[in-house]
Amino acid sequence: MGADHHGPAKGLTRWLFTTNHKDIGSMYLWFSFAMFLLGGSFALVIRSELFQPGLQLVRPEFFNQMTTMHGLVMVFGAIMPAWVGLANWMVPLMIGAPDMALPRMNNWSFWILPFAFTMLSLTFFMDGGAPNFGWTFYAPLSTTYAPPSVTYFIFAVHLMGMSSIMGSINIIATIMNMRAPGMTYMKMPMFVWTWFITAFLLIAVMPVLAGAVTMMLFDIHFGTSFFSAAGGGDPVLFQHVFWFFGHPEVYIMILPAFGVVSEVLPTFSRKPLFGYSSMVYATASIAFLSFVVWAHHMYTVGMPIAGELFFMYATMLIAVPTGVKVFNWISTMFRGSMTFETPMLFAIAFIILFTIGGLSGVMLSLAPLDFQYQDTYFVVAHFHYVLVQGALFSIYCGVYYWLPKWTGHMYDETLAKTHFWMTFIGVNTAFFPMHFVGLAGMPRRIPDYSLQFADFNMLSSIGAFITGFSQLIFVVVLLKCIKGGKSATDQVWDGAQGLEWTVPSPAPYHTFTIPPQVR
Amino acid sequence: MAHGPSGGHETYYVPESSKLPIFATVGLGCTILGAANTLNQIKAGTGGMSMLLPVGFAFFIFVLWQWFATTIRENMAGLNSAQLKRSYVMGMQWFIFSEVMFFFAFFFALAYVRMLAVPWLGGEGDRGISNQLWSGFAANWPMMQTPQEAVEAAGGAQLMAKNGIFTSAKEVVDWTTIPLLNTALLVASSVTVHFAHTALKAGKRQALTLWLLVTLALGFVFVGFQAVEYHHAYTDLGLTLASGIYGSTFFLLTGFHGFHVCLGAVMLTVMFLRATTKGHFTPEDHFGFEAASWYWHFVDVVWICLFLFVYIL
Repeated sequence: MGADHHGPAKGLTRWLFTTNHKDIGSMYLWFSFAMFLLGGSFALVIRSELFQPGLQLVRPEFFNQMTTMHGLVMVFGAIMPAWVGLANWMVPLMIGAPDMALPRMNNWSFWILPFAFTMLSLTFFMDGGAPNFGWTFYAPLSTTYAPPSVTYFIFAVHLMGMSSIMGSINIIATIMNMRAPGMTYMKMPMFVWTWFITAFLLIAVMPVLAGAVTMMLFDIHFGTSFFSAAGGGDPVLFQHVFWFFGHPEVYIMILPAFGVVSEVLPTFSRKPLFGYSSMVYATASIAFLSFVVWAHHMYTVGMPIAGELFFMYATMLIAVPTGVKVFNWISTMFRGSMTFETPMLFAIAFIILFTIGGLSGVMLSLAPLDFQYQDTYFVVAHFHYVLVQGALFSIYCGVYYWLPKWTGHMYDETLAKTHFWMTFIGVNTAFFPMHFVGLAGMPRRIPDYSLQFADFNMLSSIGAFITGFSQLIFVVVLLKCIKGGKSATDQVWDGAQGLEWTVPSPAPYHTFTIPPQVR
Repeated sequence: MAHGPSGGHETYYVPESSKLPIFATVGLGCTILGAANTLNQIKAGTGGMSMLLPVGFAFFIFVLWQWFATTIRENMAGLNSAQLKRSYVMGMQWFIFSEVMFFFAFFFALAYVRMLAVPWLGGEGDRGISNQLWSGFAANWPMMQTPQEAVEAAGGAQLMAKNGIFTSAKEVVDWTTIPLLNTALLVASSVTVHFAHTALKAGKRQALTLWLLVTLALGFVFVGFQAVEYHHAYTDLGLTLASGIYGSTFFLLTGFHGFHVCLGAVMLTVMFLRATTKGHFTPEDHFGFEAASWYWHFVDVVWICLFLFVYIL
């Protein structure tokens, strides 16, 4: 088997032609980080404009492009590829597989993404500017009243969908087919379980998104009237199709987060995960429920009362499996021998802050109350708590947790903790006041606001800039860790369990070419 | 990377590196960019087809051809373990599931407009207040008068019509004519492709060739009839993509199905050529054929749903 252990090819072609899950995982993560900085810079434009009331920096049309592109880039370019990158790196290592099931398709899934986002970004330089209809691209804003660049947006979404579907097929095939002997489904690490279910969600809903943008394309270019009442269609149809994709999509972004946190907490509590099987069933329940709650995003659009009630109760049900998870995490830590390295800090912050986001979600699920909250900054606060303090924090949690395994070096703990605390302060300063201005009625996606919102908005903007610049600390930590530092042991963390900790640090280019035996 | 069996396990073949994915990205990217350029140029009246579209597409097909050829060569060289073959099987199964969900979106749209949106526009049900904007419109399906036409006929102001003129069809396609015939053709082709599969598993090469040929003939006749039906709809019935929501759903559903039939027919043609000219496939190892036949059964099932929900009901 000696011939198998040669290293990677040299130079650019290594990355262009690779079939290695670790290379592809790294490319996904670097791409995601680049998109995170791009989307973050859009956010800072938004927050600069909102620093004070009145129009200072940008025109309203450009502000709309910023909010739209911020959302699209963060959702499809930063969060989702980061999860796929972590899955690529860790799933084969965690289940004892030599690589992903379909290695060439794996590389194809990745390389479609930079192309799609280049095309999407080029829309800034087209006549009429970039997409300006919000990341939810409701018709008729995105059809009748859209800039010409919408065609490029539609095709970019098609490409992202193809990438996600191929990536998910690969992950599902890997998990179903490539587990080491003895690794039964109920022995799989939680991160693998959550990704298994996430991949199923992706394959189920990305084609529906493709269907939605295809109907837009036909309305724009081929004279159909799906979203035009003049021809018998209905703009609300767009919202139904979009949110049939969109709601599972938010779980696609958060389920792997549950997985990462369920890996990290036992390690640093030095106790096994509390209630493993209930975690699995809770994840599956959340995924199932995600298909029957979509219209809670559209209570105010005018639905029959029976629909409002159905979607309200179904949505509130989601709090049950989510609660199971939160209690399990807390029970995992209970009487554990805990230490607080950076991954653990991110994990604990995740539990607290994600729960805040979850509770504001329960508030939003109540149809009568949602009539007040709809399209206010309360909604913005809610989904930033679940996506930034939830998804992003757990991505950082996972990255810090596995970074020594990837690079072979321990990162600089002091700097990393500084990164954590600065980010923690930044995001809470940025997003917590949004609850208040939202409840007081400040609408989202508007470049100007009434004077009474001025103080909280200034605070939010300061928080956003703290968050933004704190990410530069992460760049330093990352580069330092890649270049050198204290050597990491194979196990890295003394409480760490699982196959990924049995291989050397840094993980060799090829691992588990002979499947390990799991007892 | 050559692996030998070790420790009782066959090892999993992982190609060392491959130029295919990046070239496929270039091909796909040029095709998509070309398509977007073409559509925008036509809409703006500044030009016709962007050359990127055909060139990119040709290159994309070339790369896919190479890709499939590579996987076939690997399999024939004995590199694929039973485990690896299962990965391909799962890949195809989940791909078909994604296609099911793609069609689900359009069937969902059809159900929504028929059961909710159109009745509401006509003043019926919970949200019947919508009719105030389109007074004169009565819910009807197939839609023989669009809300736009109804308002015009009633002499009202034309609201919200900026995005097009929606002229309803004079008549819609009668399901007892071509659609019924097409149903028979496609169901029959599903049976014949199954016969071909059974023949292949029994090692009867001649029967395989014959049944595959019959399947292909049925498939191409189906596509031909579909083209005749579209021509008839456009020229005689006035049923077009712009015939309001009826024309929109009719053409999108049947059109995407027809596109998938073409794709399935191409797959089966390739399988036919592989079986006849290259002598590929053995009774035990013929996943390429099996995948194409699954795909063919899938388009058949979609058609039966179409026949029921688009044509008959």
